[in-house]
Amino acid sequence: MNVRRSLRAGGLGVVVVALALLPAWTSRADVLNQAFLVLLYVTLAGSWNALAGYAGQINLGHSAFFGIGAFVMRYLWIAGVHPYLGLAVSGGAALTAGLIIGIPAFRLRGAYFAIGTLGLAEILRITVGNALPIVSTLPAGFIAGYDLAHRYYLALVLAVLTTAALAWLMRSRLGLGMMALREDEDAAEATGVDVLKHKVIALVVSTGFAGLAGGLFAFYHVSYYHQLPFSPIWTFDALLIAFVGGVGTLVGPIVGAVFYVLLKEVLAQSLVELHLLVFGALFILVVLALPGGLVEVAVRLRRRPTTQALL
Amino acid sequence: MGLQFVAQNLIFGLLTGALYGLAAAGLSLVFGVLRVLNVAHGELVMLGGYASFWLFALIGLDPFLSLIVTVPLMFAVGLGLHQGLFSRVQRLEEEPRIKNSLLIGFGLALAFHNLAIRLWTADDRAINTAYSGTVITLGGLLFPLVRLAGLAIAFGAIFALHLFLQRTAAGQAIRATAEDWEAALLMGIDIRRTYLLAFALSSALAGTAGTLVAVGYSINPAIGLEWTLKALIVVVLAGLGSMPGTFFGGIFLGLAESTSALLIGSAYREVVALVIFLLVLMIRPQGLFGR
Repeated sequence: MNVRRSLRAGGLGVVVVALALLPAWTSRADVLNQAFLVLLYVTLAGSWNALAGYAGQINLGHSAFFGIGAFVMRYLWIAGVHPYLGLAVSGGAALTAGLIIGIPAFRLRGAYFAIGTLGLAEILRITVGNALPIVSTLPAGFIAGYDLAHRYYLALVLAVLTTAALAWLMRSRLGLGMMALREDEDAAEATGVDVLKHKVIALVVSTGFAGLAGGLFAFYHVSYYHQLPFSPIWTFDALLIAFVGGVGTLVGPIVGAVFYVLLKEVLAQSLVELHLLVFGALFILVVLALPGGLVEVAVRLRRRPTTQALL
Repeated sequence: MGLQFVAQNLIFGLLTGALYGLAAAGLSLVFGVLRVLNVAHGELVMLGGYASFWLFALIGLDPFLSLIVTVPLMFAVGLGLHQGLFSRVQRLEEEPRIKNSLLIGFGLALAFHNLAIRLWTADDRAINTAYSGTVITLGGLLFPLVRLAGLAIAFGAIFALHLFLQRTAAGQAIRATAEDWEAALLMGIDIRRTYLLAFALSSALAGTAGTLVAVGYSINPAIGLEWTLKALIVVVLAGLGSMPGTFFGGIFLGLAESTSALLIGSAYREVVALVIFLLVLMIRPQGLFGR
């Protein structure tokens, strides 16, 4: 087990080093943009997974926190704050928002929490769209100094940070408590898990990273409507990626993000977002027949030879 | 702000609200009987609207007459969706059942939405009949003919559904199953058929609402989420169990929206509805959803 674990850690290390060398190897903007997108999705889907996969709470309002992060970052950055500080504040702002809505929102259980958070995010989206119905474009000086590789490295750092935090969480006492309440809330409560506390901590971790991902989005895009990062699309993307990859697993969001961006690229020939049709169908399949997602497929395929050998 | 202006606004709210009520009736039926939360309900509204739109555009069938085709068609779609997808969560306990059905509905909504863009483009469509512009004036107030007909049909459909649930054996089976499925099973009710019927009826109701939306307003592939939310809000407000109650819940939402449009501007109309929704959810966490 330990050998396998260190092998896996080593494998992840090699991937990270290879990704770190990518800008040195190629300066093709299309490659870097796609790789950036994968890393952004790893962070976003990972952050969603922290609450849904570990603590079992389906948050359909995740885009609100991504949007808050983007909004704060954009404002601070253009006002002259250093982007790293701006990023940290955007994560903090989303985390604080998570803390504020957490306690009332968790009065709702299961599906009610899901539709409640969806309602909350829609309120925020419509309000932002009404109050700021404009495109946010970077000032000319910012565009002149734009460096894609810089964004890419930040995305890599963020994706590694998210994954490492989730790996730590999964093994910690806190993570065990979360998984216990995911399986059976009443039983967890009865065995001494403080359900509300665990849910709120999972939400705060989740929204904090979502805010960082949003901040990165604002640092990356030259111009977009203020409303865009608040769109429910970001929630849906995170949910699809996490589920198709393998909800509640560490590598699920990574596998899902790679698959999602690849499929999007392959199907991008037509103007229609065909990849969403494919992912919608895949998603239903996963929910009905394959709760572990693609990660489970890989595990099953790998196990088959050993069982046959035993027989 | 003249009194007439206020009254006119309320009339528009009433006419829209009737469609909210009709859409919500289907969602309420499925949630009450199957304990399945179908968040693709708004997409069924969208599909019903397109069915009538194409029947009108391609063969010139009058939209109100086209209900003779679209209602059975959407009933069949409901049969297929239940048999193919939603029946698979039936064996689960109540809480995971609702959660899994929500996820299935979510995937379905996404697939239908993008399929509709692929097949019919993202353009807004409306059914423009010869009488679409006709407006009846009564005491200085305007009543667009097609929306008035929409109100009448919505009311008729709810009334028929109410009679069906109260007076027929199949309706009684549905009500008994909603009350206590285990007891219903012991009484010899075929639960699976009851579930199937309730789901198909819900889909047919959504399709009817879709036709009325396409003829009175307009449709596009993206309207699903909005209609699902409206229906959810109404179900939360009105609770389960009474179809006329759900219908009046819809009218209440329509009136609340048009009143708030008067007071704080139409841009925040939907925000007001969502705030009401969250407040009700907060005050009764297990919902007016519960019984």
